[in-house]
Amino acid sequence: MDFNFTEEQTLLENMVTSFIRDNYTWEAREAIVKTEEGWKPENWNQFAELGLLGVPFAEEFGGLGGSVVDTMIVMEQFGKGLVVEPYMPSVVLAGGLISSLGSKEQVEAIIPTIISGEARYAFAHSEPQSRFDLYDVKTSAVANGGDFVLNGFKSVVFGGPIATHLIISARTSGEQRDTNGITLFLVDKTAAGLTLQNYPTIDEYRASEVVIENLKVSKDMILGEVDNAYAAIDENIDRSTIAVCAEAVGILEVLKDTTIDYCKNRKQFGQAIGKNQSIQHRLVDMMIEYEQSKSILYMACTADLSNPSDRKKAVSGAKARIGKAIKYVGENAIQLHGGMGMVDEYMVSHYFKRATMLGILFGNEDYHMKRFSDITQANVTKITDSNSPRIA
Amino acid sequence: MDTTFSPEDTKFQLEVRSFIDENYPKSLKESVNTKRKNGEELSRDDLTAWHKVLGAHNGWSAPGWPEKFGGAEFTPTQKYIFEQECARAECMIVIPFGINMCAPVIYTFGNEEQKAQHLPGILSGETFWCQGYSEPGSGSDLASLKTAAVKEGDHYIVNGQKTWTTLAQHADWIFCLVRTDPEAAKPQQGISFLLIDMKTPGISIRPIYLMDGTNEVNEVWFDNVKVPVENLIGTENQGWTYAKFLLAHERSGIAGVARSKKAIERIKQIAASEMSYGEPLIQDPAFIRKIADAELELTALEYTELRTLAKDSAGKGPGAESSILKIKGTDLQQRVTELAMEAVGYYANPHIGTSLSNEFVGPDYAANLSGTYFNFRKASIYGGSNEIQRNIIAKMVLGL
Repeated sequence: MDFNFTEEQTLLENMVTSFIRDNYTWEAREAIVKTEEGWKPENWNQFAELGLLGVPFAEEFGGLGGSVVDTMIVMEQFGKGLVVEPYMPSVVLAGGLISSLGSKEQVEAIIPTIISGEARYAFAHSEPQSRFDLYDVKTSAVANGGDFVLNGFKSVVFGGPIATHLIISARTSGEQRDTNGITLFLVDKTAAGLTLQNYPTIDEYRASEVVIENLKVSKDMILGEVDNAYAAIDENIDRSTIAVCAEAVGILEVLKDTTIDYCKNRKQFGQAIGKNQSIQHRLVDMMIEYEQSKSILYMACTADLSNPSDRKKAVSGAKARIGKAIKYVGENAIQLHGGMGMVDEYMVSHYFKRATMLGILFGNEDYHMKRFSDITQANVTKITDSNSPRIA
Repeated sequence: MDTTFSPEDTKFQLEVRSFIDENYPKSLKESVNTKRKNGEELSRDDLTAWHKVLGAHNGWSAPGWPEKFGGAEFTPTQKYIFEQECARAECMIVIPFGINMCAPVIYTFGNEEQKAQHLPGILSGETFWCQGYSEPGSGSDLASLKTAAVKEGDHYIVNGQKTWTTLAQHADWIFCLVRTDPEAAKPQQGISFLLIDMKTPGISIRPIYLMDGTNEVNEVWFDNVKVPVENLIGTENQGWTYAKFLLAHERSGIAGVARSKKAIERIKQIAASEMSYGEPLIQDPAFIRKIADAELELTALEYTELRTLAKDSAGKGPGAESSILKIKGTDLQQRVTELAMEAVGYYANPHIGTSLSNEFVGPDYAANLSGTYFNFRKASIYGGSNEIQRNIIAKMVLGL
């Protein structure tokens, strides 16, 4: 049993920490989120130079061949720095889909461009009616000679405005909520037939609504097999959910520490407010929520992700538990900061907003609680050997 | 025990309902809906239009004021009915600073000139008031406030800073707690209650933006501001008594029960429109359990409020039990904003109405729901934080 990072992992963590210290001061971040674009290309180039864009990819394509734990390390620090560049959507999620499903030619052609920072992909998947169900896809793709013609609508595509390419999911057969019949298409964002409406999110990231009208895609641009993308979508969203959990744990640490500091320093009635037991107990509970979140994150990172049932149980368990912590730690961080917690100028509200939106991303607490219990409560057998007279 | 309305009360309910029906400005409804959807700030006209209509109708803008000052002098039951009906029709609230907070102090402790000068404008909605209480170092510990008023001839010279001043950007007047005796034995003893014209030279306002991007609150700075001594309410150094009276005075509506009820109805409609697991969200057992839980808590709170009102009518002041209304009321206001945000899934994310995006996305009903959730975190902080309310109950009710 060993919860320590390897030497390489410690180096990776230190690298990300020093990047944030040097390039992601609060003022620097504020300047980025206030720009029209909402990200800083120089930061992305630096990610490339530092090798961060290659963390999850195989070494044969120029990546670091990193594990889930390596991605976790990057995301946890990005959470602490509230980094707005779309690392998870582009590298972890879209990169993961391409690695899982792409043909040898596609992977060889695309992955190096992601690692170099030249290409950024976003996964255009969710639709207004789908909520968190990954198989609920209405957008259609109809074969037309050697091409497919896509029509439909994708909502809240994270990283969409910053992407150079989209991976679009569309239904090639079956009914709207069938797991079979979903196909992924690689599309240049400038393609005719694509209209993006870009907007900032409440937590100052960027997303797009994507209207797809008679978008022609060559069959060479299909990612994986026709009709068979669902399993890879499910797996890669799960892997990305671990990244989201790691980001959230980083944020919870900052919220907890900032609030403890504030309560030590803010004086009312002639003493620090942290001298009040009612406040102390709340801070202790926030600390416990953070520790429990970190523990369940480690559980998910070390679970066997190759087995779908184990993977779903681990990922949904972590996301549901961390979702609960986000609410407790986030709301109490604001409450204990009093008016200062409400203010846009002060950083704590920004961490709270980001954490709250991460609570929704890829499924909220209810969704993952159900997904977790669907697995853990299946195949439970009735007690048959009991002599209890109460059982007739 | 009888919890039904008397025939007179039922008649009053119908009267209020039809008055709102016939007189609530349609242009106001449209203006407010459009601005909320687009994330724009409401104007002073938006904030006062309904107040002005009510002010011109038997003093309905001032349900609690005595008739002799032009108020409606509603019974507690009538007040309750009035709030129910206003919430039901989604009327704008009447901004409380003049009507519910400053005016009762003026007509209870002020002199005749002050009553004549200020009450008519407060009643009609012509003058806009804000509250100068909190300071950067004085939040929960309000009595530690430092803004100084030094008497020089027939003026006070005011220096200092107030903060979290709601809607100061629209205000004509501010009522302030100021320190007039820095040497007093106890901090509470050296405080006075002063009315200050916001146009007086030396006052500056700095907007504070909240985490949803709105500018509801401000810092108000006083730099050698000359305030005529006639603007002092009551006796010098007795301001704390008036402030406590003010805090204790207006209890009806503190829980916001009627508005939360309306909000729960709205959440149910949203949940009937949103899909989850291929069915309307309102069929999702996990979600409906949370709605039902909030609805039950709210029903209990409604009866807690009615019991408090009944005590009030019987002439026994509700006392520190009103802190229960504040704690549970704000807890429910926060819960309903959270449920509404949760109901719309990913459409909690878009932030419309910033300089970066004006074009609306998502269903209309999802507009600004996360912003409202974030904004309402203030409710358990303002008006005496819920921690302070618990201290009050512990001390005053439980005798701990």
